[in-house]
Amino acid sequence: MMDTESDMVTIYVMGKRYRVPADLTIMKAMEYTGHQFRRGAGCRGGFCGACATIYRTRGSYKLLGALACQKIVEDGMYIAQIPYSPAEKKTYDLDKLRPEAGVFLEHYPEIARCLSCNTCTKACPQDIMVMDYVQAALRGDVEEASRLSFDCLGCGLCAVRCPAEIVPYNIAQLARRLHSRYIVGPAEHVLRRAREVEEGKFEEGIGELKGLDVDELQRRYETRM
Amino acid sequence: MRLPYYPGCTLKTTAENFEISAIASAREVGIELMELPRWNCCGTVHALARDDVMHYLAPIRNLIRVEEMVGEGLVDEGRVVTLCAMCYNTLKRADAVVREDEEKMQKVRDFMERETPYGGGVEVTHLLEILKDLGWSKVADRVVRPLEGLRVAPYYGCLLLRPRGFGIDDVDNPQILERLIEALGADVVNIPFKTRCCGAYHIVQMKEVVAELSHRVLDQAVDAGADMVALACPLCEYNMGSRQEEVKRLFQGFEPVPVVYFTQLMALAFGLEGATGFEQNRPDPRPLLKERGIPLEVS
Repeated sequence: MMDTESDMVTIYVMGKRYRVPADLTIMKAMEYTGHQFRRGAGCRGGFCGACATIYRTRGSYKLLGALACQKIVEDGMYIAQIPYSPAEKKTYDLDKLRPEAGVFLEHYPEIARCLSCNTCTKACPQDIMVMDYVQAALRGDVEEASRLSFDCLGCGLCAVRCPAEIVPYNIAQLARRLHSRYIVGPAEHVLRRAREVEEGKFEEGIGELKGLDVDELQRRYETRM
Repeated sequence: MRLPYYPGCTLKTTAENFEISAIASAREVGIELMELPRWNCCGTVHALARDDVMHYLAPIRNLIRVEEMVGEGLVDEGRVVTLCAMCYNTLKRADAVVREDEEKMQKVRDFMERETPYGGGVEVTHLLEILKDLGWSKVADRVVRPLEGLRVAPYYGCLLLRPRGFGIDDVDNPQILERLIEALGADVVNIPFKTRCCGAYHIVQMKEVVAELSHRVLDQAVDAGADMVALACPLCEYNMGSRQEEVKRLFQGFEPVPVVYFTQLMALAFGLEGATGFEQNRPDPRPLLKERGIPLEVS
């Protein structure tokens, strides 16, 4: 790849200076500089939340958050990766819970410490109103908490910034689980498909695929409907 | 008249009977309580440390929501109505702090950054004040079933009245609940402990303290011949109503006495039986009401 100097920007990865093409995402720019992702990279499509990144732009005091696979580099960007947030995660039996405020307080009592400062919302790379869904959960509005948090990928940037030490995305996940289990109910088409799988409807087809060589599998993949 | 209404978390969970009875009763006297969109926690307890700006963010943001509602024409004025005594107190005092202290107001604005700045144009009120302004005769006009013969002891607790200057009524001898009870046709039973503490948050770790303090108030009400106690604070209701079992356990011979929200009496007197929410109260006030000749058709 040939780049003209005018298409290049300067970035700093973990404090070290690099020149990279201006149209790359943070993730691709880091790979361009020779970094290899062993943690902190997943789907590369903005869906998995594995590539939480903290950055700052030149002349600004603000530490901002982004997904490395989504954010395009800017000239003078200082970048550090957060491979993952080692946040506590509770185990629970969804069938034994109720869709109400007490469930959130029981599993994540720290939620009551929310100061409504909105720092979590500012940190969210998905532009989710994080504080609003935490507040909805606190008053037992499971549906609203689920709706507002729907685009959450669990990247962890909100948890890293929260001054009340809440892990908002755990609340979001519990809210969506309660919502689907108790408010929306199971999806009929999923149940139907699960029954078909159990009844062996796809056994024959899978058995056939297992016997094919790589070339034939590839041909079928490329010509699939 | 459409007024902005701040519910707070308790009215959406353990005090739903307070909310449904308030909304229905207010409508009867021409007040449409319009719930704030995207409200957050009131802040729960007023921050006494003057440099604790972080704790002013929650209440102030709610006041911003009120100003947004006014700006969008969703309500007729900027008097925000509260029901929970705790929410009333926290919002009222935070508002006063930032209005008196320009530097504090600026700090709040700086922190909130991209959010709409608070313009300082909200008046924090309690529904009781709105009713008083409206006039007790207007309330009495709506009564279809006077609560004649029902002896009610008003109880204020602390947060509706204190500290001095922030209360909805005289801090030493408030009369606002008395006037309401009279307007509804019931008899007022005066108890000297009506402004004493219910035990508040000691319920979390020192339940016996709450039982002792609540007992003093309840016992006085029973001694004075009250049929029930009327109040306006979900925490008082929890301590003196739901937790009355503990009082009974610790004080032999104590006779249970129903504890209700003032709005539930309004709903009852206005003939809004479906909105009284009495089924959520402990002890259940319905058997007693029946005894006093005020049976409820809807259970």
